[in-house]
Amino acid sequence: MPHNSLLAALSLAAMVASGTLPADIAPARQAEIIYLLKHDCGSCHGMRLEGGLGPALVADRFADWETNMLAMTILYGRPGTPMPPWRPFLSDGEAHWLATQLKQGVRP
Amino acid sequence: MKPALSLAASLLLFCGHAIADCLTRGTGDLGIVIERAAGSLQIVDTTAHQSLFRVEGLGDLSHASAVYSRDERYAFIFGRDGGLTKVDILCGKIVNRVIQGGNSIGGAISQNGSLIAVSNYEPGGVKIFSTQDLSLVADIPATEVTDREGKRKGSKTVGLVDAPGQRFAVTLYDSSEAWIIDMKNPAEPKIQRHTKIGALPYDALVTPDGRYYISGLFGQDGLSLLDLWHPEKPPRLILEGYGRGEQKLPVYKMPHLEGWAVAGNSAFLPAVGHHEVLVVRQGDWVETDRIKVHGQPVFVMARPDGRQVWVNFAFPDNDTIQVIDTETLTIIKTLKTGKGALHMEFSPRGEEVWISVRDKDEVQVYDTDRLELTHRLQVDKPSGIFFTARAHKTGL
Repeated sequence: MPHNSLLAALSLAAMVASGTLPADIAPARQAEIIYLLKHDCGSCHGMRLEGGLGPALVADRFADWETNMLAMTILYGRPGTPMPPWRPFLSDGEAHWLATQLKQGVRP
Repeated sequence: MKPALSLAASLLLFCGHAIADCLTRGTGDLGIVIERAAGSLQIVDTTAHQSLFRVEGLGDLSHASAVYSRDERYAFIFGRDGGLTKVDILCGKIVNRVIQGGNSIGGAISQNGSLIAVSNYEPGGVKIFSTQDLSLVADIPATEVTDREGKRKGSKTVGLVDAPGQRFAVTLYDSSEAWIIDMKNPAEPKIQRHTKIGALPYDALVTPDGRYYISGLFGQDGLSLLDLWHPEKPPRLILEGYGRGEQKLPVYKMPHLEGWAVAGNSAFLPAVGHHEVLVVRQGDWVETDRIKVHGQPVFVMARPDGRQVWVNFAFPDNDTIQVIDTETLTIIKTLKTGKGALHMEFSPRGEEVWISVRDKDEVQVYDTDRLELTHRLQVDKPSGIFFTARAHKTGL
């Protein structure tokens, strides 16, 4: 097995072990998270995520962001700003999945 | 809604839509309900509890508000995408629409009804239009600030209201300012700028007499109060002791300071980051009580006679409404509306309150005496409800 594939397989195994694999999240739950994103994140970021009191959540803006950093921001908030921690409502895996979606660009 | 009633309502809706005949009637018991996801609105009759028209094509209404012309015939709707739309509520038609900014949050109509001001997030600032034809009268850019990503931008403007003397007042979120804009001479706006009003002012209101302009602060305790009888005097911090030494809860939806919930000499305010409603004595502005409530309040609204205060809550408690008796300061009713109880509007004399319940796609009407649900109207993802009686109230 070439070196790169081995690494990829290992990191995939790590993701499965930590429950961050997107496939872990059932489609119904994915729909709930996108609804939450649209209506509840949307109360500050705009229902279309184009910004409001909080900044826009569009793919362009996240080009330089690591998915993990974005997931951490979702889970723990951003001190000094109104961004709250969403940890009570999202698991680590769900935040990671949502961060991946945001980096790809979501049009809720 | 009963099937027969529902059929009648949809027929009425269909007729209004297809023929677009204008109604010949007064508008004092009419209103609009925003359909936030569809970018449309319904014009409702609050006497018949029926929808008269659905008006589509208003753009992004995910955070929309509205004001009325003084003849109560036209509603001006401020959309999140910067759209400003003038709707004839007797005809159920858009009569004018402009995209005036990139991202806006709300607006106000001037004392004499000739001007509409809109506050913008992007670019920050205030634009002022003629109510006649929505032509631009004045463009007032906001103070520039550097954002967290190092970019220069205009401060976001929030809490824009009208004030006596053909003035507007507005709060600047990023630069911590409150401005009074005097439009007596539309060609030459005069701006009084007050700086350092407090950290992260997120919204503001004007008292119903038009005298005090109060900005809520997210970044620190207290509120900033400006006396519009003495616009030259700097604002002062009130209730600064509130919340000191207490851990704030995360805030999942910013409270709204729409209107001033007053009963007797007391005003009722949403606490930021606490499950409490604050009771404040007007005049010396001291906190006299705190009422424990179900969640973090978003809107705290007094029934027009001041006997009750109705409260809705931020996510994840937005399936609940509580009613406070302003005499005993106790909760007399907890209503479970369904998820997404986003906004409330009282009928002009307060015998009813209309509540938007987003996730049920309905507006629920409650009798405020019996505290019981009396009517339901089907509305797609309803948010703001605005009745025409607002036309004659300062700050609404």
